Amino acid sequence: MSEETKKTKIGYYPGCAITKCSTSEEYGTSVLGVSRVIGPELEEIDDWNCCGASSGHATNHKLSTALSVRNISLAEKDGYDEVLAPCPMCSQRLIVSQDDVENDEKLRKEVEDAIEMPISRNVKVSNYLEIVKNYSMDEIAEKQKRKPEGLKVASYYGCLLVRPPKILKFDDPENPKTMDDIVKAIGAEAVDWEFKTNCCGGGFTLSRPNVVIKLTHDILEGAIDAGANAIAVACPMCHANLDMRQQAIEKEYGRRFNIPIVYISELIGLALGLKPKDLGMDKHFIDTGSVIDTFSDIEK
Amino acid sequence: MKIKITTEERKSDFAKEVEERSGIDVKKCYQCGKCTAGCPVAYEMDYMPNQIIRFVQLGLRQEALTSRTIWLCASCITCTTRCPKEVKIAELMDVLREMALEEGIANPMEKDITTFHEAFLNSVKKHGRISECGMLMEFKRKRPKAALKSALQDVADGSQLMMKGKLSLAPHDIKGKDNIKRIFEKLG
Repeated sequence: MSEETKKTKIGYYPGCAITKCSTSEEYGTSVLGVSRVIGPELEEIDDWNCCGASSGHATNHKLSTALSVRNISLAEKDGYDEVLAPCPMCSQRLIVSQDDVENDEKLRKEVEDAIEMPISRNVKVSNYLEIVKNYSMDEIAEKQKRKPEGLKVASYYGCLLVRPPKILKFDDPENPKTMDDIVKAIGAEAVDWEFKTNCCGGGFTLSRPNVVIKLTHDILEGAIDAGANAIAVACPMCHANLDMRQQAIEKEYGRRFNIPIVYISELIGLALGLKPKDLGMDKHFIDTGSVIDTFSDIEK
Repeated sequence: MKIKITTEERKSDFAKEVEERSGIDVKKCYQCGKCTAGCPVAYEMDYMPNQIIRFVQLGLRQEALTSRTIWLCASCITCTTRCPKEVKIAELMDVLREMALEEGIANPMEKDITTFHEAFLNSVKKHGRISECGMLMEFKRKRPKAALKSALQDVADGSQLMMKGKLSLAPHDIKGKDNIKRIFEKLG
């Protein structure tokens, strides 16, 4: 690739779950909304495809690798050095697949043959927390308009942002801090709790809902018992399981939680003064009003 | 638990076959049980994760590949992260699942899970992306019992999703869907 075709913009890989009209569209809406205010500029990768998610790697390694890697090659073709995949299922699959083809020449050739493109070696895939940490912390401080009062946030990372740590090389896999730092930066309290990287049952939400109900119950209980009045996430599956299933969990366990599950991008958006509706905060199952109401204008 | 090991199994190359396919050397495992201790789904499994590794070590192919455990693994990768011998246990589950499917011996008790994976990938194959509605319909059609069990919840969730504009009925085809189809033909 020649130098002049390189872009300073970051390639945006939304993935299936957070595009418009999908179950977690508010994550995409808020990520894009925030980036319009504080950058970095995001541009959707043309004609991206599904990474195959759990179903891909659980049943066919080569297929899963090819589906993931195709997107990275498309990104390179479009001239991006870095790609943001806000969904951790996507970012993890893309990064692990990149690593797999890097370490297996035979697999690389088979995958190149299947995707009918050379495999890129130079595109860096980042998750959303990394992007905020690397590009936006100063901008948030500069452009913050509103501040929360009494908002106690349990940062929930789940599995795919931090594991496998040897390949992802992001934060501490047992006690990550990046999201907590963002929560603190906007003026909310970061609650110390034990379930930061516990599994929510992820993709079993349809095939094994009983597993999801138990695991998410433990997470909700852990957050409430640690004194949180909101849980922040950066994963559409974590969100769907904790938000959409919350009433079913309450029924099963006979305990009322009613705790809003908010995307970290929504919290940043509120701090920047964006309207809740423009962040998609009216799309949640559990009402987010109690979180929104903690924010008020910063007196200058 | 008592399992008889035949001479044939003892002499078999199951562990080697797994290693050749995946690069995972199960012989390194000394059965400390840390993987099982941290596994969030162990309570649902028929064999504990460390037992699955033991099966592979001992050549007990049938036990490993027909277990429910390999399907119940949620791929959270806690085991791999904590293994003191750096055995990639979660990744091993992927290989065993793949082998079980190839040999047609996946445990029928976990058919809801295998059918979900099938429906998911069929949607990708058709459109290049997930059509949530299409995938759901295929899953429910093929697993009517699971569908019936969660019908009330699904109707409630589905209608809420529709109201919020979060469930699209029309699938979105990518331009390169023929390329995706060829990927499936070559590697699927």
